[in-house]
Amino acid sequence: MRSGFIISIGLLLVALIASCQSDEQVEFNRYYSGGSVLYLAHCQNCHGEKGEGLQALIPPLTDSTYLKKNKASLACYLKNGLKGQITIAGRTFEGEMPVSDLSPLEMAKVLTYVTNSFGNKAGVVNLQQVQVDLQKCR
Amino acid sequence: MRKLIGTLVIIITLYSACKPNGPATLPILGNRQPVIKTVNGKTVTDTVYSTIPDFKFVNQYADTITGKSLNGKIYVADFFFTTCPSICPVMHRNMLNVYKEFKADDNFRIISHTIDPKYDTVPVLKKYADKMGISGNTWWLLHGTKDETYQIAKNYLVSVQEKNPQGEYIHDGYFILVDKQKRLRGTYDGTDPAEITKLIADIKTLKAEPDEVVAK
Repeated sequence: MRSGFIISIGLLLVALIASCQSDEQVEFNRYYSGGSVLYLAHCQNCHGEKGEGLQALIPPLTDSTYLKKNKASLACYLKNGLKGQITIAGRTFEGEMPVSDLSPLEMAKVLTYVTNSFGNKAGVVNLQQVQVDLQKCR
Repeated sequence: MRKLIGTLVIIITLYSACKPNGPATLPILGNRQPVIKTVNGKTVTDTVYSTIPDFKFVNQYADTITGKSLNGKIYVADFFFTTCPSICPVMHRNMLNVYKEFKADDNFRIISHTIDPKYDTVPVLKKYADKMGISGNTWWLLHGTKDETYQIAKNYLVSVQEKNPQGEYIHDGYFILVDKQKRLRGTYDGTDPAEITKLIADIKTLKAEPDEVVAK
């Protein structure tokens, strides 16, 4: 009886601590885990399991500086594809990334995943941000 | 006493069944036909296996490649196109491991047939090879007419089709292992890294088969 009481207090404490995660952390986790599934289905064939790309054909997703500099354009790259010469991690690429059929929410999830995996750490990219960025696509 | 002998016989039978019977070999795939021949006045039945017929394609260096170019060589074949957005990058990321493993062996080749010859001209194939970081003659990217390519695919038991309504080519991602007698010895899902590990092990097994060691 007594030990049952102690166990329930312990469980309550664990539950309290777990719920202490900030709202931002909860949002991040939700986007990130959803993004990892989308990455597997839509991106991994070309960009690789570890975002390593493929030789000089397909750029890696490990260049944090490039991702940071072009953060506001990333959603547009997903929506419209990407063509022409780009420099990633000091190397030139000139292939063509096809248009994706992701919804804005899916884009937010997959961008959160990519910009926080493979050595990147840019924080959450949420739906509102993606919607703003998509307005400005050229 | 009889019981003891009986037990011994059983044990010996079981033991001999466990012994490995000679070096490992790979199965021979494809259709086969029994052929009855007369050798030294005796009638013997031989098996004829299906083989890859002769062909003529052009590689990324604009060299003509025929069945003869592969005489005395074990090779792996696949079908792809350079602008393929789906399974080709992962196939060739995996094939690159096969290439690295055997590129020092002049009796080994990889041939990748493009199924989009209209876009994948010889210069496009050369550029693709350069960007993949492949050089020399280990890995040939082959260009031919659509008919020739689709025809040879049937011999590899691989399915390739015209574009679907979405404008995408349909093809499966299989790697086919062919021996020096041009017989099919294995098929591997080129998109699965575990199958590539098996392919590399199977190539080593095949290279060690007595028939392959002596074949020219």
